Amino acid sequence: MKTVSKGKGKKTKIAATEDAWNLRLYVAGQTQKSITAFANLKKICEEHLAGKYKIEVIDLLKNPQLAKGDQIIALPTLVRKLPEPIKKIIGDLANTERVLVGLDIRAV
Amino acid sequence: MVKKKHDAVLLEKCPTGIKGLDEITKGGLPKGRPTLICGSAGCGKTLFAMEFLLRGAMDFGEPGVFMTFEETPADLAKNFISLGFDINDMMSRGLIAMDHVYIERSEIEETGEYDLQGLFIRLGAAIDSVGAKRVVLDTIEVLFSGLSDSAILRAELRRLFHWLKERGVTAIVTGESGEKTLTRYGLEEYVADCVILLDFRIDEQISTRRLRIIKYRGSSHGADEYPFLIDEGGLSILPITSLGLDYPVSSQRVSTGVPKLDAMLEGKGFYRGSTILISGTAGTGKTSLAATFADAACRRGERCLYFAFEESPSQIIRNMASIGMDLAQWVKKGLLRFHSVRPSLYGLEMHLLTFHKVINEFDPQVFIVDPISNLSAAGSVSEVKSILTRLIDYLKMTNITTFLTDLTRYEGSLEHTSEEISSLIDTWLLVRDIELNGERNRGLYILKSRGMAHSNQIQEFLLTNQGIDLIDIYTGAGEVLTGSARAAQEAGERASDLARQREVARRLRAQERKKNALEAKIAALRAEFDVETLEVHLMAEEEQKNQAVQAEDRLNMAQLRKRGPSAPRTLRSKKKTKG
Repeated sequence: MKTVSKGKGKKTKIAATEDAWNLRLYVAGQTQKSITAFANLKKICEEHLAGKYKIEVIDLLKNPQLAKGDQIIALPTLVRKLPEPIKKIIGDLANTERVLVGLDIRAV
Repeated sequence: MVKKKHDAVLLEKCPTGIKGLDEITKGGLPKGRPTLICGSAGCGKTLFAMEFLLRGAMDFGEPGVFMTFEETPADLAKNFISLGFDINDMMSRGLIAMDHVYIERSEIEETGEYDLQGLFIRLGAAIDSVGAKRVVLDTIEVLFSGLSDSAILRAELRRLFHWLKERGVTAIVTGESGEKTLTRYGLEEYVADCVILLDFRIDEQISTRRLRIIKYRGSSHGADEYPFLIDEGGLSILPITSLGLDYPVSSQRVSTGVPKLDAMLEGKGFYRGSTILISGTAGTGKTSLAATFADAACRRGERCLYFAFEESPSQIIRNMASIGMDLAQWVKKGLLRFHSVRPSLYGLEMHLLTFHKVINEFDPQVFIVDPISNLSAAGSVSEVKSILTRLIDYLKMTNITTFLTDLTRYEGSLEHTSEEISSLIDTWLLVRDIELNGERNRGLYILKSRGMAHSNQIQEFLLTNQGIDLIDIYTGAGEVLTGSARAAQEAGERASDLARQREVARRLRAQERKKNALEAKIAALRAEFDVETLEVHLMAEEEQKNQAVQAEDRLNMAQLRKRGPSAPRTLRSKKKTKG
């Protein structure tokens, strides 16, 4: 609960920035994996995309119909909506190297 | 009975609505449990699953969810419309929910721990959206190619099946056949309640689909391989091997259409619902006999289904017209239906299914296959036998009189069918050609006919422009003659008979004359005798008279000699006075 509300707060702050990385994190409730995933994502974003990202956390327990749209099967799943193309990273994002590869952040 | 009840209590079943499957599984798939359908590519898994779902929604009021991992809903809808299922319509009516799960490995990066809760949520949402009682996952194995962590996958699949059971939905999970295992990723490990294998084999360029229930926990089921068919009506399975021998029999008789053949069969013909086989070499008139039987059935107002494997309907009609039979009228009246196909057109199972389908549609009283021997072109002897056994059993169950013709090869024994079905036959007629004196004639006899005292005579079988006729063949003087030889022999016999009769008459007349002469002679002798007798009598009379006269003379003389004074005087005076 704490993490999610934090994220939401972050999101609203970042929304103003133009050069946006639009990231969406799908989770199902407050599980250990979703908390870990969010924490890991936050850390990576702060390190590599400070000031130009926004994170949207979607709890599928609350909005199950949203799972279809982004073809969510595994949880947690991080979807990079922007910049295009859409990328998907599943897991608790513990492996930072692979998250960076997955988000294509190396180049930055 | 008790066992049945027990079964029902133990395991509730979910009817599939697929033709034949509910009979094999004795009621359907295990209700509220997952069932695995496995098989190689193109064996009909998706169709099976879809039909289960659609029939559930349409016929059993159980909405369903189809989760497809391969084909898109649009493709599926397009594919199934050709089978008569309008998926889009059913989706709009809220009977079916579809979800396409798309996984592309290259688009997904795996970074640590995850689970498949997303899939659960989606499935759950879909189930809730239509209140589904049935779920299909087609084919969940795609997950294995989409995600690399198989340990997680396996754990999650186990959880998924458990979850499905908890939700109480009857699920079908499809899986592709593996090389050594039933499915490539060992799904059978998780779905332990019911496993059905679909098989698609090609033998000699003819394909046959087969279905087998590998396991069905908590229920008895048919264990054989059942052929099934995919056609415009969806899937149909033939559980015919499960038929028993307890069919009802009829003692009603039906005419063969040939009065003299009826006469050979106690004067009444075949039993209704019996199986009749007529075998013979080429050109012995099997088709004509079959057509005559069909004609007779239609005359009685019965419906007759004629499966022709050699000739087209119009050709049969034309040919039968040449022996005075008008089959076209029955076709027009809807009493006779021809079904002409080449036996090699499709596999035996398909033939059997076609038989079934057409029989169910047309509901005939008489069913003719001409000839069954051609079926062997579509399969091996044992397969043909199995097919025919099942067909005949089915026909007997429905009390349809079956008339089969069988073409016997020249090299084979006549009393042997190429399909080895003789034991299934109730009445077996044999037509054979008898070659004699440069002629080829046909002979017909009854090899066997169960349950009736039939004739043991060989009859000469004639095809005339008035139809079929049977004639007693000549069997005198220790030889069997047919055709013109029979006719000549008979004519010769008639001539000698006549001569003999004349001779007898002549002798009789001679004897008569002799008798007359004798009688005349007797009469003459008798006359002579009578004359003599008369003479003798006359002589005797004369003699008597003479003696009487002499006696008087003597008396007179005596009187004259011994004249006394008184008496003789008075006498004399008397005389004198008198005089």
